[in-house]
Formats: sequence, C-alpha cells, structure tokens
Amino acid sequence: MKKKFECEIDCANCAALVQDAINKIEGVQSAKVNFLMQKFTLEAEDARFEEILTEAIRIGKTIEPDFKVLGV
Amino acid sequence: MSEKLKKERSRVGIALALFLGLMIIEKMKLISILNEHPIYFLPLYLLPYFISGYDVVRECILGIKNRRPFDEALLMTIATVGAFFAGEFAEAVAVMVFYQVGELFQSYAVGQSRASIKELMNIVPEYANVERADGSVETIDPDEVEIGDILLIKAGEKVPVDGIVRSGESMINTAALTGESVPRSVFPGENIISGCINGEGLLRVEATKCFEDSTVSKILELVEEASEKKSKTENFITRFARFYTPIVVFSALALAILPTLIMFVGVTTGALPKEIWQAHPPITWLYRACTFLVVSCPCALVISVPLSFFGGIGAASREGILVKGSNYLELISKLSVLVTDKTGTLTKGNFAVERLCPAEGVSEEELLFAAASAENGSTHPIAKSILLAYQEGDFVRRELLIPKETENRSGKGLIAKVEDSQILVGSGRLMEEFRISYSEEEAESATVCHVARDGAYLGKITIADEIKESSREAILKMKMEGVKEVVMLTGDSKPVAEEVGRALGVDRVYSELLPAGKVEKVEELLKSLEKNGKQEGYLAFVGDGINDAPVLSRSDVGIAMGGMGSDAAIEAADIVIMDDDLVKIPRVISIGRRTVRIATENIVFALAIKILVLLLSAFGLANMWAAVFADVGVTVICIVNAMRLLKR
Repeated sequence: MKKKFECEIDCANCAALVQDAINKIEGVQSAKVNFLMQKFTLEAEDARFEEILTEAIRIGKTIEPDFKVLGV
Repeated sequence: MSEKLKKERSRVGIALALFLGLMIIEKMKLISILNEHPIYFLPLYLLPYFISGYDVVRECILGIKNRRPFDEALLMTIATVGAFFAGEFAEAVAVMVFYQVGELFQSYAVGQSRASIKELMNIVPEYANVERADGSVETIDPDEVEIGDILLIKAGEKVPVDGIVRSGESMINTAALTGESVPRSVFPGENIISGCINGEGLLRVEATKCFEDSTVSKILELVEEASEKKSKTENFITRFARFYTPIVVFSALALAILPTLIMFVGVTTGALPKEIWQAHPPITWLYRACTFLVVSCPCALVISVPLSFFGGIGAASREGILVKGSNYLELISKLSVLVTDKTGTLTKGNFAVERLCPAEGVSEEELLFAAASAENGSTHPIAKSILLAYQEGDFVRRELLIPKETENRSGKGLIAKVEDSQILVGSGRLMEEFRISYSEEEAESATVCHVARDGAYLGKITIADEIKESSREAILKMKMEGVKEVVMLTGDSKPVAEEVGRALGVDRVYSELLPAGKVEKVEELLKSLEKNGKQEGYLAFVGDGINDAPVLSRSDVGIAMGGMGSDAAIEAADIVIMDDDLVKIPRVISIGRRTVRIATENIVFALAIKILVLLLSAFGLANMWAAVFADVGVTVICIVNAMRLLKR
C-alpha cells in the first residue's frame, strides 16, 4: 500500500536523513520525505501498514524532533 | 506567513533586540559595575541566548540522547558554548541569534517558493456541479464525480474532470495547462480537459474520467514528484555533504587539540620557549575550532541545488512544459542532437487527399471506393483522409463496405479482405511484396498510397500534409541554444521527407523507416555521441507520443508533444509539451541551461566562501562573525539566487 501525507520538516538535510532512516525500517518498500513539497510518502506491506507508519514517525522524530506527519 | 513562522519571528526579534542592547552597553561602557566585572555580562548575555536558542540546545540534547549527534543543533551548541568559555560572550550570542535569523529567513524563502509553485499549479478545481437524473444540480467534491456524470460548467469555472462536451459552445482558457493564452473553442462532441477555465456560456460535460485519472491530477503528481528524480549535481551535493560535515568537525577537533598538544610537548621538552603560551593560549585554538563548527553546516549546499531545479521545473510548467525530473532538465541543458519525428511533430498531421491517379480503365470513384472500404473503421490519419475524400467526392456515392479482416503491415500499408476480394493500400514496397507493378514518378513530394484489388493495380492516391508554421523558427532557435544537429526520422518516402527537411533546415533526414528502424537509428546516433567510452552531449527525441514509446524511452530525453489529454504521451515521455508548439523545445533548453547555471553558481559560491572562511579562521584571520556569514548569509544568498528562476 502506498499513501501520501502532508508533513512538516524544517530543513533539506534533515529530510534526507529522515528518509534514509525510514527506508531502513523492516517492511518499508519505499519512503520519501519531500522537503520542498512537505510531503511524506510511505509504501509498505498492507497488513502491517499502520504499525510501520507509527514506527516511521517515531524514528523520524528521533532524528529531527520537528518532523511531523499531519492527518494521522 | 504561517503561524509558526510568526511566533519564531517575534521570538528571534526579541532576542535580537536584547542582544543589540547589551552590545551597546558593553561597547559604550555605560554601566560602571559591569566594566569592573565583565563576568557579570555572562548571565545578561545568556538571556537572549536562551530566548533565541533554547530549541537548538534542546534538539542537541535530544540528538545525543538518540545517538544521532551529527546535526546542526550539536554544531551550534558546541560552537556557542565554546565561545562562552573563550570569554567571547557577545560572539557566542551573535552566532545563535544570527543562526536563528538565517533559519527564519530560510523557512520564509522556502515557503515563498513553495507557495509560488503551488500558485502556478493553481489548476485544481475546488468543486463540481453535477446534474442529477431528476434535473436537480448538486455541488460536490471533484473526487466524488463518477464516470458518466453530467457536469454543469458555468463561465469562469474550472473544468473539474476530463470529459466530453454534450451541449453548449464556448471558448475555453487553457493557459494554466499549456501556457497558451489564445482561448480554444469547444463544441459538442469535443474532449475537454480538467483544469481549463470555461470562458463563456454554459457547458454540459459528460465525465469520461474520475478525478484521480484526470489530466489535472496527473500534472500535479508529476510536478510534485519531479523533485524526487534527482539531478547529478544534486546527488553530488548530497554525497558531498555526507563527507563535508564530519571532515570539518574533525578538523575543528584537531584544531582545538593538536596545536596545544604540540606546544605542551615542545615546552616540556624545552624545544619551544615558555612565552609561546602567552602568544598562542589554548583558548584561541578553542575559539578557532568553534568558528570551524559554525561553517561546517552543509545546509546552503543541500538546499540551494534542489531549490534551483525546483524553480526551473516550476518555470517550465508555467509555460506548459512538464519536466518529469530534475535530471531531465540537466540533460536537456547539454543537448547536442535533437531527433524529431515528422508527421504530427514538424507537420500538422492533418492529411488531405491531394490527387487521384487511377490506372487506365479505372474510375476515380472506383479507386477511392476500394481504398475507403479497405480503410473503413481505421483511425490512422491517412485512412481518415481517404474516408473523408470519399465522403466529399464529386461523384455518385455508394454505401462503403466493411472489411471482414485487416492486416496492418507496419510502415508499408494495409491488407484488407472486403467481401470476396483482397484489397491492398500502401507504399510501393507493399506492391512489390505482392509483385504488382505500379506507376511511380520521380521526386514525388507527398505521401503516395497505391491501391490494388486481387492483384490488379487500381491506381494511386496522393496525400499531402502541411508543415507547421512554427517548425522552422523552432529549429533555428534550437541551433541558437546549442543543438549541433537536428535529425528527422520518418516512415514516409524519401522525396517527401527530403523536401520537408530542406524547407525546415533539418541537418539530416532518414526516410522510409519502420518503427524498429527508428530505434536503430537513435541507437546509432547515441553511439556516434560516444567518445573514448564516454558520452559527450545528449540526444533528445521529439514525437507526438503515438507509436513513439520505444524511441522515447531509448533516447536520453524523450519529449512528447501535444500531451494535453493524452495519457500515453504523459506516461512515456520525460518532458511533455502540453500544446503542439515546437518553439517550446528551445524554451525548455534555455530554462534548463539557466537552472544548471544558477545551481552551479550556488555551489561554487557557497563552497568558495566556506573554504575561504575556514582557511582564514584556521590562521586566526576570520572571527566568528565571518563564520556566521559563511553559514547563514550564504544560505540566504543561495536561496535568493535560486528564486530568480521563478521570476517572470
């Protein structure tokens, strides 16, 4: 399943770091943190999507405390 | 400006005012007790420091706790704390306050360019008026429109989804999609594209696609995702930043420790005089190391390159050119060979029967009747022109027959079984295949269709195509933008192709090519660009997106024309030109070159200033103020430079 969210991320470099880290989470097929559009796209296993999403946000916050995913 | 940004602004503003006040008090020696005990300034300076930088310090502590310490927050905290220890209170606070001013400016600038991209992408319809079966009208979200719904579109409203006009006539404004300011007329039966604005009158449109598959959604998705396909320059910078920061941080560490260590060893062994401690106290080295840390932040580099490409993509889309990735903008800026299709690209593709030459003993009607029956039901432009010629022919018409089966010989023509006879319509090569002798004149400069029935030659039909007015100008401008060679590939006969080529100033013409032959030619041309195993210059292919997919994907950059409403073209190409104006190609080359130039300027400028300040501060010639400029000032200047692309 692939889903797109609005997100808040404050700098280009942190967006790249957050994206790298989320991509390393098990079950993530692909993750994109688009700094310019402030969009977060997550593609992950259907069955565990919610779980992976929560984990992704948690990991993202450890790298950049200001990382926020809206509408979750 | 967002709420968050406004809050930040007032916070940083208060800190800045406090800081400047303290600076004045300190420099003008206004309060005597502070002059006697300068250490009293420390708590005073800490006030603006924490007002502006408490979040940075917090982030730094969180970073260490989460074992990801290598970020700006850590660098800034160490640098400022270091400066406090070095007794430079004012500079410590300055670093933090100006760092925050820079961050503020950066968020503002990024927000601005984000907004201007969104504004030029302001084609998303907000609502749709659906006419229900009982005649009532309901306003719903475009997302909820179903295929087959009848939509009412009043003057000034946006077309919510792609559809077919059922009633009403109007002039529609396609400027937001194509950059074309002349409105287009629509009438019942015409396709209409979402995102266009109805100019006058009421249109009733039947939805043929849901919102998600409509042109507007496709375009938005493309532009949003374009910044994800990274250019080489961008990848280089991202890789560079990964090395740059640790290298500078470790050099800072070395700068803080090594000289002191050497001096310590030197003095204890007696090799250096003791007075050296006075000349170069350890605190100076600590201060210089802190300066390094301030400069080490890679943000100016990391933000300015993608922002430049984002601006370039935005500038292109405003003119009705969709670029599907930063990388393509970069490639097209170094274009050296442009390969173009003929029909529909250089020419209008509106074929019309020009002349009928029936064989002896065959009437014009008989020739056209046979050809039209064979082509009946085909949508090929040539077939359409033959059918039209029969409908409009100046003779007694019969009911056209419908072929029982047809076989398309790609690049040659059509073999159709009509009633009990076999009809051939196609090129001379098709006739040769069936061993039918046909008449051919030298230097025929139009497309010729030979017709035969059951092995008997019926004659030929000459079909001509018009050259687009803008093609010549476009080719001329491409040359001015640095394209070395324009090559035309066509399935058409040699005389036709060469005449079109001559008229337009095309450098090389390859004619009578089958689709597979076009791919081969492109591959040959790609090989000829290689020198010493490296490709020099790039190749782009322009086509109308129909039957071009293999060539489009084989080229370095595939450009599809007339993409408005054609999913196939939008899918297959790397760059989509929404209308069918060839002049957009030199435009996109020029935008690409400007983008690459601005990106390069930013990289060179940012690196040059950073390296300069690093060198100067290592030798004690630059203070922390210069470092703040090298970090924050450079970022701001790079952003402003990148935003130039979005200016009209």
